[in-house]
Amino acid sequence: MHSQNITLLAQKLRAKEFSSVELTQHFLDRIKQFDTSINSFITITEEKALTAAKIADTRISNGEKNPLIGIPIAHKDLFCTQNTLTTCASKMLNNFVPPYESTVTQRMLDSGSIMLGKTNMDEFAMGSSNENSFFGSVKNPWNLEAVPGGSSGGSAAAVAAGLIVAATGTDTGGSIRQPASFCGITGLKPTYGRVSRFGMIAFASSLDQAGPMARSAEDCAHILNSIAGFDEKDSTSSEAEKEDYTAHLNQPLTGLKIGLPKEYFGDALDQEVAKVTLDAVKEFEKLGATIVDISLPNLNLSIPSYYVIAPSEASSNLSRFDGVRFGHRCDDPKDLLDMYMRSRSEGFGAEVQKRIMVGTYALSEGYYDAYYLKAQKIRRLIKQDFVDALSQVDVIMGPVAPTTAFKLNSKTQDPVAMYLEDIYTLSVNLAGIPAMSIPAGFIDKMPVGLQIMGNYFAEAKLLNVAHQFQQNTDWHTQTPTLAEGV
Amino acid sequence: MNWEIVIGLEIHAQLSTKSKLFSGAAVGFGAEPNTQTALVDLGMPGSLPVLNKEALRMAVMFGHAVNAEIGMKSVFARKNYFYPDLPKGYQTSQMDDPIVGVGHLDITLEDGTVKRVGITRAHLEEDAGKSLHEDFHGMTGIDLNRSSTPLLEIVSEPDIRSAKEAVAYVKMIHSIVTYLGICDGNMAEGSMRCDVNISLRPKGQQEYGTRTEIKNVNSFRFIEKAIHTEVERQADILEDGGRIIQETRLYDPEKDETRSMRSKEDANDYRYFPCPDLLPVILTQEYVDAIRATLPELPAQKAQRFMSEYKLSEYDANVLSSSRDMANYFEVVTQAAKNPKLSANWVMGELSKLLNQNQIDIIDAPVSAENLGLLLQRIEDNTINGKTAKDVFQAIWDGEGTADEIIENKGLKQVTDTKAIEEMIQTILDANQAQVDQYRAAEPDKQKKMTGFFVGQVMKASQGKANPSLVNPILIKLLKG
Repeated sequence: MHSQNITLLAQKLRAKEFSSVELTQHFLDRIKQFDTSINSFITITEEKALTAAKIADTRISNGEKNPLIGIPIAHKDLFCTQNTLTTCASKMLNNFVPPYESTVTQRMLDSGSIMLGKTNMDEFAMGSSNENSFFGSVKNPWNLEAVPGGSSGGSAAAVAAGLIVAATGTDTGGSIRQPASFCGITGLKPTYGRVSRFGMIAFASSLDQAGPMARSAEDCAHILNSIAGFDEKDSTSSEAEKEDYTAHLNQPLTGLKIGLPKEYFGDALDQEVAKVTLDAVKEFEKLGATIVDISLPNLNLSIPSYYVIAPSEASSNLSRFDGVRFGHRCDDPKDLLDMYMRSRSEGFGAEVQKRIMVGTYALSEGYYDAYYLKAQKIRRLIKQDFVDALSQVDVIMGPVAPTTAFKLNSKTQDPVAMYLEDIYTLSVNLAGIPAMSIPAGFIDKMPVGLQIMGNYFAEAKLLNVAHQFQQNTDWHTQTPTLAEGV
Repeated sequence: MNWEIVIGLEIHAQLSTKSKLFSGAAVGFGAEPNTQTALVDLGMPGSLPVLNKEALRMAVMFGHAVNAEIGMKSVFARKNYFYPDLPKGYQTSQMDDPIVGVGHLDITLEDGTVKRVGITRAHLEEDAGKSLHEDFHGMTGIDLNRSSTPLLEIVSEPDIRSAKEAVAYVKMIHSIVTYLGICDGNMAEGSMRCDVNISLRPKGQQEYGTRTEIKNVNSFRFIEKAIHTEVERQADILEDGGRIIQETRLYDPEKDETRSMRSKEDANDYRYFPCPDLLPVILTQEYVDAIRATLPELPAQKAQRFMSEYKLSEYDANVLSSSRDMANYFEVVTQAAKNPKLSANWVMGELSKLLNQNQIDIIDAPVSAENLGLLLQRIEDNTINGKTAKDVFQAIWDGEGTADEIIENKGLKQVTDTKAIEEMIQTILDANQAQVDQYRAAEPDKQKKMTGFFVGQVMKASQGKANPSLVNPILIKLLKG
């Protein structure tokens, strides 16, 4: 049951091979069995899930068609879920139970999917290894000594380990794609504005975007069908018509033009990762695609630009966590300043505090022009690079990360090495275009993802390209032996 | 030293939208704490702002009213600082690209001269909540009902040169926003709040002196007093050879003094940056023009019309047009009374006096404009005289009925029957033969003075009902024998 895709599960639920209650119980059992070692969940909502599964079974019996009805899923723990703890993996929100539902989780509820719980993540989505969690680091199901990537590491690990059919994640600088790559699953970061941010606890508002993480492009398409589309509660959400993302999956790729940016294959890239990436590209050539060498000349500026803009926005977004109305408040504050300082020092972890300080500095009087404004100018250059490139090609391909999943604690002392993890992903967020990571091979039994980037609102094209690859390869069907063996 | 006073004003006008600037929660004064709050007003994690289009329309309307450039692209920015009643840790405001740009306003001073005051800008921003320090046993209560209430901050150029000018300017802004219906203008409830920037410089000097900002001065009277007090304080320091410290001060109306609140060194670095949760607001020319077409007649235009249409003096026209309610009231009165000058006198005189004494807004006046108009008709058609009319007015105010009912019930109708008046006068002359003899013996210019005695007697005998314009000629005729 736990290695089948949504389309197949939906068929079997309707054929009464098993009920949603049975399916849900199966995944709850797996979570209990395996998650003590993986630590991919912060909260498990067993009772609610089983109640919802009963309702789903009725809906299925009533002939409702939505393939997500009765499908067990999980949400990254930064989507506000009404009456269910939402922590952002932070001590700051250790006790926060939202009185409202985020648009993403509401739409997933409406489509009939069953939430089994909330997944672990880097605190406030800040991190590339899921080691910055108040609830402990998440382990990579392919190797428990390796990181799952971050920040949506819990979602990626849970999907990879077969603890859940699919999950939501968010991607501010690579937080869906990099853990998808490290855990050997399929993840999609949609165009900025395609999915509502309402109820998503903000890290960097101009970069944050929610998306699906699943075992295949087809499964991602089902979930995107549910969560995409305009939301009047989010002023930055796009009014562009949403499509049926499953409709074009089977289109042949004959004539597809793939751009390979030379900057993505520089010295920083592990040679074996480069080989896996290029092998995958060759597979596309077999499917009728042609390769075009392109350039994204400002790629090297994306890290400095990102690490000004994202912390700047974060420093402001996280100001509301002040101990006044919700979340952690220090004991016995002497006065207001003491309450602010101790509540925030105690509530936020080291990485979050570091980024708040960087952002506060970058926005300070006298530094604003040199940092924030300059970073915004670079952002426009990077965006223009993509616009230019995507006027020549249909999609751009490259690696997701310079390496496969690295060992736990191996980069925690070296923030720059950690930030370089995101070199191939964060320019996409700066530009606001959609991008995916799909499993493309293995190095030393660790998965390697291929990144596919497309034009604004070209999610259907990306999913089509990814699906065609997955119809002709079996990388995405591999599962870690750990999960199967235990 | 002869000092020149330099004043610039920042006025926060609360826009009369139904809901808040960035949420659907109702705007209202006096509700139970924290009952008028949406998620974003509480700063809930994951909540997002959605701009109230009505507030935008009101801001554009104001821009038109002060002849300002409208920001075709305006940008909301975050002003970051920590305060318990600022739930998000930042105030969403506008910085580099405000909705209203450079404009100007003409104010009429007491001596009748017209002065132009520059408007630097006006921008939309959200209000904060309130901290409540009483009744919480050493703790502070937070009420977020006011959080995200829409404000229009109107910033003037430092063009104002006296307390009187400052008050005239604030009154004009008050008239405009209430005329436009974009602010209720209630200063006591904080719907209009004023920050006053004051500096002094020796007369003739070009560059400005160091200024102080007096926060939240909330009545016309306090604005005038606060400026006088602060000017005096600054002049004393400067004349003693001291320096003014740039700082924010508070005016204490009870002690009539200003106190330092925080100096420039303590001031927050607000770390303004464009709010990433709100897209830039792009306006079309059609939208801006459509709003211009809805502008009502503004105070200055109305005053002009009152002068040309009703032949009122400039002073009367300005007073009557200073509030839209008063202007409307006046126009209804004069339509019935058919005598603009008489109507103006009554609205500005008797009516305003009673309204002030009883602290009542003209819109709630116990005497309706129609009723006052009918009363004035009775003066015009000689049914009653002006003196009786005042008593009738008081009776209408007290709820005793309409003018006609009161005149009828109390038998106040003026005696206009010449024969009856003649008989009445004759009786009085007969009863005062000595005075009549004196009169007849007196010089003509003495006689004039002496008629007053007889008029008084007649009015007394008639209980004020004798028509004075009839009494006089008959009296003189009979006196002369």
